[in-house]
Amino acid sequence: MKILLVAEYRDGKLLTNSNELIGFAETLGAESAMVLIGGEEVPTYAGKLYLADVTACGECNPDLHKQVILEVIDKEQPDMIAFCHSSYGWDLAPRVAFALKAAQVSEVVAVSDGKLVVPVCNAKLRRTIDCQSSRIVATLQAGAFGLKEPPSGTPDVIKVDVAGSGRTVFRGYEAALGGGVDLSKAAVIVSAGRGIGKADNVGLIVKLAKALGGEYGASRPVVDSEWVPHDRQVGTTGQTVAPKLYVACGISGAIQHLAGMKKSDFIVAINTDRDAPIGEEADVLVVADLLQFVPVLTEKIQAL
Amino acid sequence: MKILVCIKQVPDMESKFKVADSGKWYTTADLAWRMNEYDEYGVEQAVQVKEQIKDADITVLSIGSGQVKETMKKALAMGCDRGIHIQDETAFDKEPYQIAGIIAEYAKDKNFDLIFTGMQSQDRGSAQVGILVGEILDIPSVSTIVEFAYNEGDVDVSRELEGGIKAKMTVKLPAVFTCQLGLNTPRYPTLPNIMKAKKKELLTVAVADLLHVNARLVTEKMFLPEKKAGGVILEGEIAELADRLIAILKEKSTVLA
Repeated sequence: MKILLVAEYRDGKLLTNSNELIGFAETLGAESAMVLIGGEEVPTYAGKLYLADVTACGECNPDLHKQVILEVIDKEQPDMIAFCHSSYGWDLAPRVAFALKAAQVSEVVAVSDGKLVVPVCNAKLRRTIDCQSSRIVATLQAGAFGLKEPPSGTPDVIKVDVAGSGRTVFRGYEAALGGGVDLSKAAVIVSAGRGIGKADNVGLIVKLAKALGGEYGASRPVVDSEWVPHDRQVGTTGQTVAPKLYVACGISGAIQHLAGMKKSDFIVAINTDRDAPIGEEADVLVVADLLQFVPVLTEKIQAL
Repeated sequence: MKILVCIKQVPDMESKFKVADSGKWYTTADLAWRMNEYDEYGVEQAVQVKEQIKDADITVLSIGSGQVKETMKKALAMGCDRGIHIQDETAFDKEPYQIAGIIAEYAKDKNFDLIFTGMQSQDRGSAQVGILVGEILDIPSVSTIVEFAYNEGDVDVSRELEGGIKAKMTVKLPAVFTCQLGLNTPRYPTLPNIMKAKKKELLTVAVADLLHVNARLVTEKMFLPEKKAGGVILEGEIAELADRLIAILKEKSTVLA
C-alpha cells in the first residue's frame, strides 16, 4: 500500500503536524510520499517530497491546492491520501475525494484490523468504516497518530509547477483576538464548560482556580456565549495547554477541547454524566453537579 | 436572490447513547432531537441576508423521517420562507457523499445564489457535505466561516483556522458556505413567528427521486470507546467526594504540596 501525505504550511511557516501523517503511514506499515505547497523549509522526512511554490499557488486557494495534489496523485498513484483533520485538511479532502471518486473517512482516531475508526456523537461512540472505493481519502484527528521517535532524513525534493488562478480571493490573515492571558505558563488550570449553565457561575470556577494558585479557562461554548473572554479558551481554536493539574468543570470533552489539554500531567473532570468523553482523558472523574461540588471543594482547599 | 439552507436533525449530544442491536448505529429511542448546532448559524445567516437585501427567498432543506419536520418548523419560524423535506427513513445510514448527492440533485436546476450548511454535523462530524455540494454543482465553497458580509454579488468571509487565526477571503456568487460556531447569534423564534411558520409551505419529496449515487463507504460496526486505563471514578456524597479528591491530589500531584 502507498499513501500520499499532504503536509501543511501557513503564513510563512511549515506546520509540524506532518509528523502525525508519517506516524499514520508507519501504523499502517505503508510506503509513503509527501506533497507540500510551501516555502523553502522542508519537513524532516525520508522520502519523496513533491513541493509546489506557495507564492505561485497562493495560500487559502483551495482550487489550486487541489490541482497540485491531483497532479501528484497522478504521478504517484497512491492507494490512500492522508490529510490532518485541520482547517486545511477538512477543507481540501472532500475536493480531492470528489475528483478521485474516492470514499472519504473523516477524523480517523485509530486503525483496527486494518480498518479506519472514527468518532461519532461528540466522541461518545466510535465506528469502524468499510470503504467500497479503490482509493481512500482520510483525515486524521489531531494527536491520534504520533511518532515514537522524532522523524529523521532529508526528503528528495521534486518541484511541482502550478499555473492558473482560483475562484476565491485570499485577502490575508487576521491575528487571534486578545492574547492577554498566556495559559500555557499556568501550573494549574480550572476550566468551565457548558455545564456551568450561566455567566454568573463563572465566579465559582475563578474561586477554585485561585484556591489552587492557578488560572481559569473555558471551553468553546462558554466563550461563544461570551461568559468568558476568548483569550482564556482552551482547545484547537484557543490555547493548547499542559499544566500540572487541569480541572475540567462541566466540560463534556469535545475533541477540539481534548486536543488542547490532554497533555496535562493530571486531569480531574467534574461532570454529572459518567459517560462524558472527558472521562477518557481524566485521571479522576468526579460524578457530581459542579454547582454543588466546586464551592465545597474550594472551601476545603482554602482550609488546607 | 435565492438562498438554500441545509439543516440536519441530530440527537442532543448530552444524551446517553447505546449501540443498537444491529451493531452498526446507536439506538434512537428515548433520545431528544434538535437542530444540528452548526446549522442554526446557517439559518440565521440566511435570514440576516434577507433582512439586508429584502428581495430574497429562503428554502430550508432537511433529509430524514417525518420527525425532522419539527426541526424544519423551527427554521421556518426563524425566518426561512419554505421547506423541502426529503423523506428518508434510513438517512442516518447514508454517507456524506450520498447526502451531498441528494442535496445537489435537488439544487441543480434551482439557481440558488447562496447555499449554507453547517461546517459539520454533531453526530457524524464528517465536515464533508457542504464542500461536496459545491464540488458536485461546480461552484466555489468556503468552509468553516466565522464572518460573513454580502456586498452586491460578492461575499467577504473569514474562515476560522487553528489558534484563533482567521483567513479573510472574497468569493463571487453562486457559492456554498459551511458555518462554524460563533458566526452570528442565532435568534429564538418568537411566538408570532412560530404561528406564522405553520402556514408556510413545507413540501415532502421521496428520497428515491433525488438519490442517484451509491455509497462509497459503510459503517462496519459501532462501539463505545474505552475509558482511560487507570482512571478513577468518584461517586457519592459531595463533602466526602471533595475529601477523596483532595487526598488523591496530595498523593498524585504536586500542586497541593
